[in-house]
Amino acid sequence: MKLTRLTSLAAGSMALALVASACSSSATTAPAGAPASAAAPASAAASAAASAAASAAGGAASAYTGPTDAGTAKGKTIAIISKGEQHQFWQAVKKGALDEAAKLGVTATYQGPATESEIDKQLTMLQTALSNNPAAVCFAALDSKAAGALLQQAKDANIPVIGFDSGVDSTIPVTTVATDNTAAAAVAADHMASLIGNAGTVGVVVHDQTSQTGITRRDGFLAQMAAKYPNIKVLPPQYGAGDAVKSADIAKAMMTANPDLKGFFGANEGSIKGVLNALKETGNEGKIVAIGYDSGQQQIDAITSGVEAGAITQNPIGIGAKCVDAAIDAINGKTLPKTIDTGFSWFDKTNINNPEIQAVLYK
Amino acid sequence: MQTTSAPARSRAQSLLAGESIQRLLALAALVILLVFFSIVVPHFASTNNYIDILTATAVNGVLATGVTFVIITGGIDLSVGTGMTFTSVVMGIVSVNMGLPLPLGLLAALAAGALVGVINGALIAKAKLPPFIATLGMLYVTLGMAQVISDVHPIYFEGTQPSFQQFFMAKPVAGIPNIVWVMLGGAAIAWILLNKTILGRYTFALGSNEEATRLSGVNVDRWKIIIYAVDGLFIGLAGIVIASRMNSAQPGLGMGYELDAIAAAVIGGNSLSGGEGSVVGTIIGAFLISTLRIGLSVAGIPDQWKSVITGLVVIGAVWLDILRRRSRA
Repeated sequence: MKLTRLTSLAAGSMALALVASACSSSATTAPAGAPASAAAPASAAASAAASAAASAAGGAASAYTGPTDAGTAKGKTIAIISKGEQHQFWQAVKKGALDEAAKLGVTATYQGPATESEIDKQLTMLQTALSNNPAAVCFAALDSKAAGALLQQAKDANIPVIGFDSGVDSTIPVTTVATDNTAAAAVAADHMASLIGNAGTVGVVVHDQTSQTGITRRDGFLAQMAAKYPNIKVLPPQYGAGDAVKSADIAKAMMTANPDLKGFFGANEGSIKGVLNALKETGNEGKIVAIGYDSGQQQIDAITSGVEAGAITQNPIGIGAKCVDAAIDAINGKTLPKTIDTGFSWFDKTNINNPEIQAVLYK
Repeated sequence: MQTTSAPARSRAQSLLAGESIQRLLALAALVILLVFFSIVVPHFASTNNYIDILTATAVNGVLATGVTFVIITGGIDLSVGTGMTFTSVVMGIVSVNMGLPLPLGLLAALAAGALVGVINGALIAKAKLPPFIATLGMLYVTLGMAQVISDVHPIYFEGTQPSFQQFFMAKPVAGIPNIVWVMLGGAAIAWILLNKTILGRYTFALGSNEEATRLSGVNVDRWKIIIYAVDGLFIGLAGIVIASRMNSAQPGLGMGYELDAIAAAVIGGNSLSGGEGSVVGTIIGAFLISTLRIGLSVAGIPDQWKSVITGLVVIGAVWLDILRRRSRA
């Protein structure tokens, strides 16, 4: 009697795992080409000067300069809804935004959900912010499609919406202040390729599949590898939700399954922290190339010591400041470019102490 | 003279047999899963991978051990995940920001966990909140407090307390990190508490029949608080373990860890209605979850399917447990 139940539990587990194995054989690769999003117009709309300058060193920021005076926006409130407080990146964005607001004499409120998977909570925050009738709203969408109705509500109330960090899949935002993540991830791919001799297996740990940054960084990396480095095999991306412990376990499993793995790309700070922890726990520091994104104390230490080959840094303070600038311009009725590229840089041991790099790093 | 000893022994024996069978079921499922993955998935059957599974189970194993106490009383604790984050931040503040010696930091983590537990227990026992609601509220409180006291900033141990990670992640025995021994040691202490002390007896009694326990003169309120405090000590221990893995206190993570802890306890045969269960089962359940996740990861199964399969296994395990109970009754 008990034996049949035992075998049924075992059979059930095996059947499930078999079904899942069969399903996994279908393509899990990312969609080819960058998805139609705010990021795509960014790469197209970036001025010729910017694309010429985009090299292994980084991507130049667009030519937009903010206002020197708040004009009619003085004393008004700008509501900023970010993606959360989970990573230090957002603290730097917050500093940039609040400092710029204070400098120009506008009031800015800054909030975000506890984690970057709380899409619904972020929408609730946006709803509440709109109900308080701000002069403008800056919004970093956790899910680029989910906020449609609320954005329409803002438009109907004549509240300009400025997208930042992750674009919104909509025509409503008057501009998007962001990094060209697709180009940045491609630069990361270039560096990875040259560090592993243009051949070998590489793993990618991403934070999520729903936000623009998750999608564009993953796709940018994969597309560049597919286009320029046919001898590099990129494993199907794994998602760790930006949790350093989960990302570490995932990275270790990838190393187990691929003993000849030569490099890891972590698409955000939490992901690369997990990769670094995994390398440390398995004694593979220095044996597997690690390339990350953003900064934070752990990455700065790892790059300085050489455990991490390098990373892409955005300009979080610039993102915060420019989105407040754009909001003020929008309130004053100025037309804005469709995207404001805040630029990115590749940094490693050789240039980490340069002042322009130090200015955009955060701890 | 009537001898009641013979029938009493057979009743005890059959009770034990029932409990043991559930634990054996979970253990057998774990073994079958390990064998299955070892055969079917390339590279799974390696010492390093097995050690990875042990390492990945450490945090959840400690959390699940703590939550076992509470589940046996018929209660629940949703605050274990964020509570763990809170205790790791407290430890960071004491050992790094305040620069006090590491042992004080470890004690502070345990104390912070016990504090969370006492508050939970008091809300449930004295304010009469349902455990679900009380611990749900504390989930948010501890999540927020961790961010408040850390100013939403990770606290790194490397600079001031390098021996912290060195000790907990060292591998002196069989190449297995010390955090695994910490987890097993914690489980052993929990087993002793549950099976050899009056705390354990009352834990089971509260779960079987709280009213009868109260009527037999036991101070149910006080013992509930103590039991949730014990759960809290394990939350503190989990905070230490996870901080050592990342060599930092990260105020952003933690939410969601309570689900894995409860799933581990349930898969291991702890009934959510209380009154029966075991720490051995919980640890087996925790290993089962890690084995499943890592096996599927090494097999290259996409994330989405990993979640589905884990959920189905939880459902299957509980369903089997219900069937077993029904046949025994």
